[in-house]
Amino acid sequence: MRWVNRHVRRREAALFGAIPIVLLVLLYLFLAAQRHAANPFDKILPLPGGMAEGMASLLFNTDQLTGKIIFWADTWASLQRLGLGLGIATLATLLIGLVLGVLPPLRATFGPLVTTIAVIPPIALLPILFIALGLGETAKIALIVIGIAPVMIRDITAHVSGLPREQIIKAQTLGASSWQIMIRVALPQAMPRLLHAIRLALGPAWVFLISAEAIASDIGLGYRIFLVRRYLSMDVIIPYVAWIALLAIAMDAVLVVLSKQAFPWAHGASH
Amino acid sequence: MGAWSKPLSALLSLRNVWVEYGDKIVLERVNLDIEERSFVSIVGPSGAGKSSLLRVVLGQEMPTRGTILLDGAPLGGECGPDRGVVFQRYSVFPHLSALRNTMFGLECEQAPLLARLTGSARKAAMAQATDMLDAVGLADSRHLYPAQMSGGMQQRLAIAQALIKRPRILLLDEPFGALDPGIRADMHALITRLWNDYALTIIMVTHDIREAFKLGTRVLTLDKRRHDPDAPHRFGATAIYDLALRNHKDRAEGEQMLADTLAPAIDANLNTKESIGHG
Repeated sequence: MRWVNRHVRRREAALFGAIPIVLLVLLYLFLAAQRHAANPFDKILPLPGGMAEGMASLLFNTDQLTGKIIFWADTWASLQRLGLGLGIATLATLLIGLVLGVLPPLRATFGPLVTTIAVIPPIALLPILFIALGLGETAKIALIVIGIAPVMIRDITAHVSGLPREQIIKAQTLGASSWQIMIRVALPQAMPRLLHAIRLALGPAWVFLISAEAIASDIGLGYRIFLVRRYLSMDVIIPYVAWIALLAIAMDAVLVVLSKQAFPWAHGASH
Repeated sequence: MGAWSKPLSALLSLRNVWVEYGDKIVLERVNLDIEERSFVSIVGPSGAGKSSLLRVVLGQEMPTRGTILLDGAPLGGECGPDRGVVFQRYSVFPHLSALRNTMFGLECEQAPLLARLTGSARKAAMAQATDMLDAVGLADSRHLYPAQMSGGMQQRLAIAQALIKRPRILLLDEPFGALDPGIRADMHALITRLWNDYALTIIMVTHDIREAFKLGTRVLTLDKRRHDPDAPHRFGATAIYDLALRNHKDRAEGEQMLADTLAPAIDANLNTKESIGHG
């Protein structure tokens, strides 16, 4: 049988998907054990026990200055920045993408501007943001927004302007105004696409968050990783990276479920 | 043999209408009067401007020259609720259930700001929409989304959605072109019944000569009167045959006449889909 025709059942798929991950973990453990056999004080590839020890102080001891547990304080600070950045970018996308998608004159006027902003590497703007907005939270959130919003706006604009012309005409023959077409025809059909755009933007959003935290911050997951790098603390860096991956996967899963629940018509609810 | 129709009261009048795209002339010198209650079928070869004619009547495009009068008043260059439309595809909203699709026209009219109704107005609109769905045979499917419906059901829904606005004219652009022959026959019966029950005026563009004669009270054939073999785009199409069908004899003779004279030219292939979105 051709490989293109081989159907994979759900349970099999879960098993198949787990294989490479488990192999990678085993490979890591093997290499780490080998290094520790040669040098018990190796810091480069810590064993799980070493990571637990390294994380223990961050997880169970409170910070003397703030009285908070460092790990959770880092997580909370990062999620807050990420959430605000994603939220603002999403709102901007919805507003701008919808208007540009539905109204050709505005698309002609502002489309090139959005494209121009989208091609600037956001990290190159970071110094400008720090100078203009200071080193506080605003600049970090602004970096995330500037980093992801233009791409999202372009995507939603293209999606909305690509809605079949027949639908827009039909709506007009049913008496709809531009505004009504925007809120009743374009907006609902943009929503599943918007959730999809957020999913795709999650990766870049994390990149910009970690970058901003690495450069100027005193708290956050990215800040901690770059701080402990000075001490070669792989026992902290690796669990932090794993935690970031876990958070990202969870967010992605939530968005998928949300989209399926809220917009069943967009997920092939076919007969 | 069919005669040139002499309208008493023209609902829709086209006066010297030209449609040109750049130097390509699609329609030239189209003069038409369409009476209230008539069912006008438009046939013609691919590219003869059938859909262009429908688009200018619909208001999706402005004619390059000429005027179009509806009830004696010139049409603006926009679509409006006085002209309903059913396209071959994409004319229902995929994100709304059948009931909400049908209510859409009422909601737009009664709630300018949010296009959503509440309370008793909503109940009334739902009742009206349910009746309309019942009339097209979709009463049991009112909670389905278009993606859960067959092609025939989607076209029924598109018709219900248009009719709830009680348009002065219903425009059908290849409405049954993508359907199976059996479903097509059902749809023919449906549209004939609705045409009678709601006293509709219908203009239908079709590829199918038999369908045109089966349903129409009048069949227009669009084609070019003149051909320039070196520059085919220099001449536009116009109505070369205009047959009024009063009885069975007219239908049979007219269909035979068109089939004989035009069959090689008219693309009667059911599977041919003409692009309806360009322009």
